[in-house]
Amino acid sequence: MKNDYVPIANFNELAGWKEIFPAGAVCEGGTAQLFNTGDWRTMIPSYAEEKCKHCMLCVPACPDASIPIKDGKRQDFDFKHCKGCGVCYKVCPFGAITLGKEDK
Amino acid sequence: MAIRDRLSGNEAVAHALKQIGPDVMAAFPITPSTEIPQYFSAYASNGEVDTEFVAVESEHSALSACVGVAASGGRAVTATSSCGLALMWEMLYVASSMRLPIVLAVVNRALTGPININNDHSDSMGARDSGWIQLYAENNQEVYDNTIMAYRIGEHPDVKLPVMACQDGFITSHGIENIELLESDKVTSFIGTFNPDVRLLNPKHPVSMGPYSNASYYMEWKCQQAYAMKQAKQVILDISKEYANISGREYGLFEEYKMEDAERAIVIIGSSAGTAKATVDSLREKGEKVGLIKIRVFRPFPMDELAKALGHVKAVAVMDKAESFSACGGPLFAETRSACYGIPNAPKMINYVYGLGGRDVHVGCIAHVYSDLEKIIKTGDIGETYRHLSVRE
Repeated sequence: MKNDYVPIANFNELAGWKEIFPAGAVCEGGTAQLFNTGDWRTMIPSYAEEKCKHCMLCVPACPDASIPIKDGKRQDFDFKHCKGCGVCYKVCPFGAITLGKEDK
Repeated sequence: MAIRDRLSGNEAVAHALKQIGPDVMAAFPITPSTEIPQYFSAYASNGEVDTEFVAVESEHSALSACVGVAASGGRAVTATSSCGLALMWEMLYVASSMRLPIVLAVVNRALTGPININNDHSDSMGARDSGWIQLYAENNQEVYDNTIMAYRIGEHPDVKLPVMACQDGFITSHGIENIELLESDKVTSFIGTFNPDVRLLNPKHPVSMGPYSNASYYMEWKCQQAYAMKQAKQVILDISKEYANISGREYGLFEEYKMEDAERAIVIIGSSAGTAKATVDSLREKGEKVGLIKIRVFRPFPMDELAKALGHVKAVAVMDKAESFSACGGPLFAETRSACYGIPNAPKMINYVYGLGGRDVHVGCIAHVYSDLEKIIKTGDIGETYRHLSVRE
């Protein structure tokens, strides 16, 4: 086995032991984006666009970087990564974020 | 021309390291390995090496620092003994699973308790399943040679594993012997440079090393490690051959001493092999067909090769300088007997645990073992397989 960088695309549960990264080294940065860590949560935030002033207080408060911004405006939650912790709900001064039980 | 000198085993390691010039030594003193960082720190403070010497607060920290260095693409070295090695335990597995070719100079000493500073192999034998390559030396020359070869073996792209270069505490570490050193430029060109592709300090290509792995991946990575250890056997032979070309000294996985026509043999590790060779010589003078095998490479274990080397022998005593408390013998015995399982006319085999905590091993002790083997051949009765040598009844 060579000491080459193995692309992140090879990282899946079907890959054999000769195909995955040697020694478990993850050979790219920012790979958390590729993983769906939001596949379960107990609480879920919802975003009321009409109340939002785009003050951006919620964005840096999110521990999972799950509040995307586009052209200076916040977008709806990235539910591939949101864990429903409710920090954004706490920091929003305008009641634009509500927190409820997730229906499954 | 090679340089004649007289050095203790610890000096030999320090001298080899001076010639190698690792990037970092991180070490904590413990008898009998203390002199290695002691000598080496003098080289570092005198500017004789460019190595960064890190005086850490424990052996756990020493190996942790080495893990950081090696993951960053540097050559790291540490030295320890006994309880120091025990305190490194957690990091031993981290180093080997992250596939970091750290070199650890082990000066073998008994583990506590009772507390004891003298030689046996209980420290490194306990670490035999930690994923490290283990090389053992009989004398100071082998200590020096193994230390130089250790980096090449561990860093080989087919291997990428850490290496313990072991020697017997006090017996070789503090015993002064004539030794032949290589010229430093020869060592430099033999060692070459260490440039791993995947390393933390590569701003052009960020990586995460040593991440959490769940059940979906853990076994695949363990399988990679196991495969690397298998590959290491051939790499050790190749590097040893290359080393023979510059040094004139040949090394294999083990040394066979007067084994061609031997009917009785012992299998042994470390400095006691010297005593055993003297015993073989004196018994051979009396016409007795005795020989010995001295294990140099315990990890990877030379199972097939050992089976081949012992195939023609009638009776074998495997000598363990470590207790394993398995209630049925020491680690070298378990693996040697396993190696011989299934070979036609497998030799009768006994185990002697010997030399614990510095218990002296002299020619008479080894002669006693050969005479036990003679009895076994004569009577066909192995008797007790798990025995202790030179212990008061």
